[in-house]
Amino acid sequence: MQGRWTRVVRTPLGLTATVLVVAVVALAVLGPVLWGSGAGAVDTDAILAPPSAEHLAGTDNLGRDILLRVLVATRLSIVLALLAITIAVVCGLVLGSAPFVLGRRSGRLLAAGVNIAVAFPGLLLALFFAVVFGVGATGAVLAIGLAGAPAFARLTQTLVAGVVARDYVAAAQAMGIGRLRILVRHVLPNIAEPLVVNATIGAGSALLSFTGLSFLGLGVQSPSYDWGRLLYDGIATIYVNAAAALVPGAAVLLAGLAFNLFGESVAKGLGVPAGIGLGAVVPGRRAVPVDAPAPAGRTAAADRPSDVVLDVRDLEVTVPGPAGPVRPVRGVSFDVRRGEAIGIVGESGSGKSMTALAITRLLAGRGRVDAARLEFLGQDLLAPDTAVRRRTLGTTLAMVFQDPMTAFNPTRRIGAQLAEVATHHQGMTRRAAAARAVDRLAAVRIPDAPARVRQYPHEFSGGMRQRAMIGMGLMGSPALIVADEPTTALDVTVQQQVLDLLTAIRRADDVALVLISHDVTVVGEVCDRILVMYAGRIVEDLPAADLVTAARHPYTRALVDAVPDMTTDLAEPLATIPGRPVDPADVPRGCAYADRCPLAGARCRAEDPPLVAGPDGPPGHRVACWHAGEPLPAPAGRDYDELVESP
Amino acid sequence: MSATFIAPNPPAGPAGTRLRSRPWARFAVRRLRRLLISLWVLVTVSFAMIHLIPGDPVRGALGPTAPAELVEAQRHALGLDDPIVVQYLHYLKGLATGDLGTSLVSRLPVADVVAQRLPATLVLAVLAFLVAVAVAVPLGVVTGVLTRRGHGRRTELAFTTTSIIVATIPDFLLGVALVYVFGIELGWLPVAGNDTAPAYVLPVFSLAIGPAVILARIIRVEMVGVLEADFVRTARAKRLPARTIYAGHALPNAVTAALTVGGLLLSALVAGTVLVENVFAWPGLGSTIVRSILTKDYPVVQAIVLVYGVGVLITNLAVDVALALLDPRSKIRED
Amino acid sequence: MSELRFDDVTVRYGRTAAVDGVSLAVPPGAVVGLVGESGSGKSTLARAAVGLAPIAGGRITLGGVPVPARGRSRPLQMVFQDPYSSLDPRMTVGASVAEAMPPGGSRADRRAEVERLLELVHLNPACAGAVPARLSGGQRQRVALARALAARPRVIVADEITSALDVSVQGAVLNLVRELQRELGLSMLFISHNLAVVRYVASHVAVMRRGRLVEQGPAARVLTEPGHEYTRELLAAVPGRTTRRSRP
Repeated sequence: MQGRWTRVVRTPLGLTATVLVVAVVALAVLGPVLWGSGAGAVDTDAILAPPSAEHLAGTDNLGRDILLRVLVATRLSIVLALLAITIAVVCGLVLGSAPFVLGRRSGRLLAAGVNIAVAFPGLLLALFFAVVFGVGATGAVLAIGLAGAPAFARLTQTLVAGVVARDYVAAAQAMGIGRLRILVRHVLPNIAEPLVVNATIGAGSALLSFTGLSFLGLGVQSPSYDWGRLLYDGIATIYVNAAAALVPGAAVLLAGLAFNLFGESVAKGLGVPAGIGLGAVVPGRRAVPVDAPAPAGRTAAADRPSDVVLDVRDLEVTVPGPAGPVRPVRGVSFDVRRGEAIGIVGESGSGKSMTALAITRLLAGRGRVDAARLEFLGQDLLAPDTAVRRRTLGTTLAMVFQDPMTAFNPTRRIGAQLAEVATHHQGMTRRAAAARAVDRLAAVRIPDAPARVRQYPHEFSGGMRQRAMIGMGLMGSPALIVADEPTTALDVTVQQQVLDLLTAIRRADDVALVLISHDVTVVGEVCDRILVMYAGRIVEDLPAADLVTAARHPYTRALVDAVPDMTTDLAEPLATIPGRPVDPADVPRGCAYADRCPLAGARCRAEDPPLVAGPDGPPGHRVACWHAGEPLPAPAGRDYDELVESP
Repeated sequence: MSATFIAPNPPAGPAGTRLRSRPWARFAVRRLRRLLISLWVLVTVSFAMIHLIPGDPVRGALGPTAPAELVEAQRHALGLDDPIVVQYLHYLKGLATGDLGTSLVSRLPVADVVAQRLPATLVLAVLAFLVAVAVAVPLGVVTGVLTRRGHGRRTELAFTTTSIIVATIPDFLLGVALVYVFGIELGWLPVAGNDTAPAYVLPVFSLAIGPAVILARIIRVEMVGVLEADFVRTARAKRLPARTIYAGHALPNAVTAALTVGGLLLSALVAGTVLVENVFAWPGLGSTIVRSILTKDYPVVQAIVLVYGVGVLITNLAVDVALALLDPRSKIRED
Repeated sequence: MSELRFDDVTVRYGRTAAVDGVSLAVPPGAVVGLVGESGSGKSTLARAAVGLAPIAGGRITLGGVPVPARGRSRPLQMVFQDPYSSLDPRMTVGASVAEAMPPGGSRADRRAEVERLLELVHLNPACAGAVPARLSGGQRQRVALARALAARPRVIVADEITSALDVSVQGAVLNLVRELQRELGLSMLFISHNLAVVRYVASHVAVMRRGRLVEQGPAARVLTEPGHEYTRELLAAVPGRTTRRSRP
């Protein structure tokens, strides 16, 4: 908490704003005490005098010093603004949280009322209330306060709705805790921060609105004066002494800015962690494999079989983090042959999705990619992007993403989104491209494709969208499909259809597939070879057929055993992996899995094991473990899961 | 094998016509209902205004020294001695026939006052809105692209800071400053009235600049957000040229999202004319309403509040229709 | 212990019936697995049971008495899917658990009870003072279980409690569910889209589709000899089942 607030003050903008706010408040407290009498002193010899050494901003029509009056007016201006914003926040809080307490029906009515009121601009409401409450300071405070209430009510409503949708509120309701109590205990503490920030910004706006009303002659009346009143008087004499209008104007502006900037920097300071910048990233380098010796016999280009579609050597991804650069992918090497299906499995944070984005060069701006080699169909993907390469990739490399709900542009028709590929890369006419889109949708078994191309993504079900996404990849003639968790968001029966479709395409056209998933059973079913990733590295590379029976890395074995399937022994507890996955920002020395591994010894904590084929194992089975294949000890009894400090 | 490919999900079959015609009708009905309710609330509130004033509004308007007969006559002229229901029905009937009452000060029909003053305000608001949009969209899009994730941290800081500062300057203060610089010091532009084309420059500019900057900020934020969206990644996976990704995929979505806030901004702009008109002695509704509030000319105030309110409602309606046209999802969105 | 019964329960959202005439019983001490795809109404049924969704027809009873939807005594407790949303980020773990406990008892008693419950779900009692941000997803889910147990419920409704967790953590939560059921004789309605998970924890299985119950019975029977076409379809789609089939 404390740290976040000090962070606000540390930014140059935040510091300026804080200093300004403190200065304005100090002036409000001290101004009338110090200059109260001077500001009231009438000097008939110097009526409407222009700025001079004696009167820095000149005098008004009674010969009173403008500058002193502006300084003294600080208190009234600030106090009135704060009163008004208090009224606005209190009314808004009550109106905004009432729907939750009142429940469905009356709540909805209240919310509808707020919705209508919030559509009307504050100034209009303020004018209305100014008529009702009469011209003068009291009327103006009430007018600006009440006029600001709908906006705060709406804000509160939105914030409350956000918290109420969380399950902890549902849990509290299921416990039988009353709504008012839930509001006080669970809702208000969680919306306090944004409310305070907005109230600060609101104070600045209230100050400006107040000045507006006073400027119109509807606010503070003589002989009292705030900045708006001084401005009103100053405008009348602007041709004689412009400073009489400009100085109070500048004061208002400065004070309004102080509150606004303070609120904005607090909002920024509380919302996003500071210090993220690409400047912190280490300078890029190309291909220096230090800690990961490439497997023998696989390095030289001449040795590469010609049917390699994708060739990845020592891939590294570096992204900026709050405490310096983080490397979520640390030296990944593999190749994919024509028609081959590779599965990449790992838990969240293992770097598998980063790998997918890196090998397809879709990381854009989020980090840098280094590799000894990154080639797709013999083309160097590390080279700068060109139109020619875009065309090649656009027609031969297909992507399928995790969430079919968000992967299509919601404002364009499905057909147009497919056709785009053909018009851009294959030089087709619109008509030909549209026809091809229909054909491709039919190919991925979307019924009634001619009508479906005219629909928008939201009119498709999740499974159909995912198939349309695959169809989009088939607009060209792909050599490789990279599918990142393509079925995670889908139901099981739909998942099966999508997996079957991918398999069918692969079989029919000899298309290679890289399937990324957290689910070992899914990749085990679809793929020929499986890469298991942990903490940004491949820890095991094995044939899918060996996954259940012959996995050698303790992590792979635990991963397989932890997932129940339809044949799991009901008498035995499931395997578990103690501890937490490694934080990419803090990868330990040696084997990253050592802390969670029952086999780990001193060597594991000191030396990172290379990914190599076992001496007695088949060459296609590589594993990075000093204790590969050793029997695992029986799981420990019931002990505590120790709390881990989160990053 | 193909048997398992038949989609088990409900929206199967030629859903075309069924999905396209009905939602529009439902949207129209729903939107019209909301408009009518808002309009009724507005009319009722403007009617209630005079009754909400504490004490006797007529006595308040005429001052404590006015003779009792005059107050009584005035009260009768305003219809305030009728039962409140009768007054309300009378007010509704007047509105329906275009009769907005008579000004207490000038004795002119209020409808004539409004008709005479409305065009100047309307022209000012529309011009300012066009200028604001013309500035905001390119500015927001370009800064959005320049400051997308992982890019242009300095540009972002500079833009955000500048925009906060500029947006904080209230239109009337900007107006005063402009009057001083261009009217008094330089003498380049007229500072009052709307008789000549140059007279439009300062009012329009002081009204437009704040909303323009706020709108540009919103568009920038939306643009940055949209550029992070999955479908933009899809577009990049299709290896489309950058220009197509920004203009074809990102912009429509960013504008759609910005439009909701833009609508509120537009209504605020309508209200902002009140202050700006007073700075530049613009012969519109804004200067009239302020004068009428000060002289307690309630029928005029009532009518102008109503006109501004209707303006806001129309603006909101226009935004909703534009949203429905631009965003295919909103048509069938239930709210 | 008493039986949780759903009798012809219907829940409507607008015009559509999310749950349509469902009758289901959770016998004392049993874990009933409720499976179905998204939109099948299984979560709505769970929310209706704990009073979070109003029922439009039928009744939900516990030991023959309607389940109270008002007041402080709630014999049904629910554990939610998303461990990142189900704990108040501003409240310590201990306070979250204590809030669910029936009122009364001294401060020390309540603290001892919190510690006992945390130990029960294999968390170090020392973590009572921690805020949820310091806990992993699996640990949070265990706190949520402890909170549900704190209310001394007769039945716990678990709604997809492992689907947001990483596989390495999922096992630990499932083991805990089985252990609690065995040691405390807890009745549970266990909702999941994952048949293998349900098979592992549940003694009875009910299958929902489009708001209706299509099949129910002992887990061993439903999962080996499914009676309904849809159950068969679900079983066929379980990944890993087809591994042998699709391999040449």
